[in-house]
Amino acid sequence: MSNHIKAFALVGSVAAAVSMASFASAEEMAKEKCFGVALAGQNDCAAGPGTTCAGTSKVDYQGNSWKLVDAGTCETMELPGGRMGALEALTRDLPA
Amino acid sequence: MYDASPRPDLPPAVGVGFKPQHFAAIAADPGPVQWLEIHAENYMGDGGRPIAQLRHLADRFPISVHGVGLSIGGEAPLDRDHLARLSHLLGWLQPASFSEHLAWSSHDAAFLNDLLPLPYTEATLARVARHIDQVQETLGRQMLLENPATYLAFAETEMAETAFLREIARRTGCGLLLDINNVFVACTNGQTDPRAYLADFPLDLVGELHLGGHDAQEDDHGAPLLIDSHATEVVDPVWALYAETLAATGPRPTLIEWDNDVPDWPALAAEADRAARLIARVAS
Amino acid sequence: MRVGQAEFRAALLDPAAAVPAGLVGPQGGDAGVRFDVYRNNVVVGLSRALAEAFPVIATLLGDHNFAILARAFLRRHPPQSPLLAEYGSEFPAFLAGFPQVRSFGYLADVARLEVALRQSYHAADADPMDPARLTALPPERLALARLTLAPSVRLVASDWPIVAIRRFHREPGAPKPAMRAETALITRPGYDPVVTDIGPAGGQFASALAGGAPLGAALEAAHSRDPDFNPTGCLSALIAGNALIALDEEAPR
Repeated sequence: MSNHIKAFALVGSVAAAVSMASFASAEEMAKEKCFGVALAGQNDCAAGPGTTCAGTSKVDYQGNSWKLVDAGTCETMELPGGRMGALEALTRDLPA
Repeated sequence: MYDASPRPDLPPAVGVGFKPQHFAAIAADPGPVQWLEIHAENYMGDGGRPIAQLRHLADRFPISVHGVGLSIGGEAPLDRDHLARLSHLLGWLQPASFSEHLAWSSHDAAFLNDLLPLPYTEATLARVARHIDQVQETLGRQMLLENPATYLAFAETEMAETAFLREIARRTGCGLLLDINNVFVACTNGQTDPRAYLADFPLDLVGELHLGGHDAQEDDHGAPLLIDSHATEVVDPVWALYAETLAATGPRPTLIEWDNDVPDWPALAAEADRAARLIARVAS
Repeated sequence: MRVGQAEFRAALLDPAAAVPAGLVGPQGGDAGVRFDVYRNNVVVGLSRALAEAFPVIATLLGDHNFAILARAFLRRHPPQSPLLAEYGSEFPAFLAGFPQVRSFGYLADVARLEVALRQSYHAADADPMDPARLTALPPERLALARLTLAPSVRLVASDWPIVAIRRFHREPGAPKPAMRAETALITRPGYDPVVTDIGPAGGQFASALAGGAPLGAALEAAHSRDPDFNPTGCLSALIAGNALIALDEEAPR
């Protein structure tokens, strides 16, 4: 394809894109609400809840605390490497 | 020594810590709330919704900027990049007040995201005063320093926290932010009398009061261990201490802090209303 | 008896470390569980920041496993700055190097997408240009025009279907991701970032535009990856996302 023809094709693409974009209205865009993003990483001056001891757990470093049972959704997607059981059991401690 | 700063310009009324999820409710009807406090570190991005919301709110409400990341009690020099970010925020926002904590949170290039305690000694006094001088000179304004909620003490401590704060204010010209819940939490944890603490506190230097909720636990020996969680209503003993403090100071800007398990707006507004009624009682 | 902040910090992040001597309880005894309050605050606060920053990763791994990874991460990579909104930029690389999840090749790329979303959310505002400026140009001038993209635009290229994976975890009934390479284009038409898959060739195209290449040259770059590439979808996503903020016909300086 010559540069000239490519340039004409580009004009067509741009025209199509502009008209497509006007269909992808603000309403459509508004479906994507990232409230999660809005709340991610808020600094505050409060202490953590007093009812957990996450900071004192030495169990973190022990392999048997890794759960295969409720291992999240990665096994439901059937992507390569994501087959059932592929989430590896820890046979040694997590690197500290 | 920061020279002859005017008292911060917050109204002697009730404010709340602003949470993005309350934006629409506050815009529609702030109820008794007359000013808002933000955490400085949440408004240091370049743009987007946080900055847009803050600009909008700042048109309608006096804003208090409350820093949680400057590590004024840190052994290391203040983070100049962070001070510059703070200077930028205060520059465009021109808030009614700026406050920070008597605590440290960064050491050796790590920000630990908690307000960590320091011993009260001549050495730490000199260091904190130096840092506050630097902050006030860089920002070109007076700051308020807040008393911390503490869970333990240092064997090396030489002076009472009240004496420490009074001397810091004398040396630097800073004002003080008196968190009544922190007094209750720290005194309960230290097994001292919060009323004795408040009696010894330089109330004339107080530019703002804080109220918040805490969790109750026990230490290894079954002694009460209160945790400054900001996840619940203010408890009655703290309301009582607040009322007694107001009786001594007269109306002062008072903040309700609710940072975890943030409730719907009406619950927070109800807390604010309770404070507003106590302020009204001492206003007449 | 003096407790330095280095010692305090080290004990804070290491649950196996002894509480520094010199920290005391109300009767002058050991601080004991009182020090654990600070340990807990640090770990809970930073774990929560990570869970909020990486909601898709947390769903993929399950909350329990995510919590383990988060604790291992925060102890090795505590925040470098007090801005929690920026915390976790090293998390994708950490995931990629973490032996227990290495069979999930897409995890690190999904995490990169989540980092990019937050960056976009906090990026500077910019007014979009009128897209009619594009259609007003004759072909040769259009091919030589350079576009400036909004500061909130991000591109995340992956060998995995990262956009579909994210959608699968956010929208009830979204289809199972099919194995393919996707490139996420993030735009921010208002205040909320929007993710669109523009494919690897679209990624080449948008990346060339972002690098200052003229439209024609950007198209060449995309065609080197995929000779059948049509830029309409990618341009449409950029326009709809208010991501084009300037058009420049000057030669580059």
